[in-house]
Amino acid sequence: MHELSIVASIVDTVTESLAAYPGARVLEVRLRVGALASVVVESLEFCWGIAAEGTALEGSKLVVNVLPVVMHCVRCGRDVELEGVQSFRCPQCGEPCFDLRQGRELEIDSFEIDEMDVVEEKR
Amino acid sequence: MTTRIVELRRGILKKNDELAAGLRGRYTAAGVLVLNLVSSPGTGKTAFLELTLKSLRARGARVAALVGDLETDNDARRLAASGAPVRQINTHGICHLDAEMISKHLLGWEGVELAGLDYLFIENVGNLVCPSSYDLGEKIRVALLSVTEGEDKPLKYPTLFNSADAAVITKIDIAEPCGFDRELALRNINEIRPGIRIFETSAKTGVGMEEWLGYLKEQRKG
Repeated sequence: MHELSIVASIVDTVTESLAAYPGARVLEVRLRVGALASVVVESLEFCWGIAAEGTALEGSKLVVNVLPVVMHCVRCGRDVELEGVQSFRCPQCGEPCFDLRQGRELEIDSFEIDEMDVVEEKR
Repeated sequence: MTTRIVELRRGILKKNDELAAGLRGRYTAAGVLVLNLVSSPGTGKTAFLELTLKSLRARGARVAALVGDLETDNDARRLAASGAPVRQINTHGICHLDAEMISKHLLGWEGVELAGLDYLFIENVGNLVCPSSYDLGEKIRVALLSVTEGEDKPLKYPTLFNSADAAVITKIDIAEPCGFDRELALRNINEIRPGIRIFETSAKTGVGMEEWLGYLKEQRKG
């Protein structure tokens, strides 16, 4: 239910970073979202247009890269990728896994801008 | 059109995480054990907390509670009957507590100093989804589940149960008439968070409270 505030925070963060690229227009914003991040990708996308309106991000695309859960299996002695979030056991050997290595990420990975829009200052 | 990719690699909840880390440092320095109680609305967080506060006070522990709700101070008034200092946080529509709200409500809390407490309980807004994304600096996150809710709650809300340090089953006194399948519930919790400590309690009869209070004491020392 907090997707709109998450999206608003993404728009703010990207807008802040745009200070280094005056006049730039954002084409795409890429997120890394873990399967256990508690956000609904469809809701993020739904809110995106509303939050981006009237900013340099208006009309940009939101690309969400969903990361699977990775746990460390003590029996196998290595990191294993879970097939879903319904069972936290090693898919290879069945050992219960306690040590989460990936899956709670909620990050802005990068964003893409149109450089032609960048106002070249003091060249 | 020439495009450029700007790498950011920035956590979206970074501000909250930084604030929470600051709070965690303060809690540790003050020697207070902080717990964050999360469940659906109606699980019985308030009743469970009421009895916990009362029991801890009876044993001479110094306790306080922050309680989050969208509106009303009903829960704070209920909890205050335990004699412990209680402060209500009204989120006015926000579905979770965040570190900033905690920070603000710790300020100017009359008669309460972190260093003068043994335990601080934070009762989160009734919601199984959003609170799991927001670190409040707590040492122990407690996921609560009542026997009326269905044994598959942990499977439906894996993020919360997987990030919890302890699980509490409430209203165990009415398990039988509810047709609560205890074995299945325990199995489901363990499937999502293997090895987690599980307490089966009733705020009405007091069953399971001894074990829970023992755990709190253990955690404060550890």
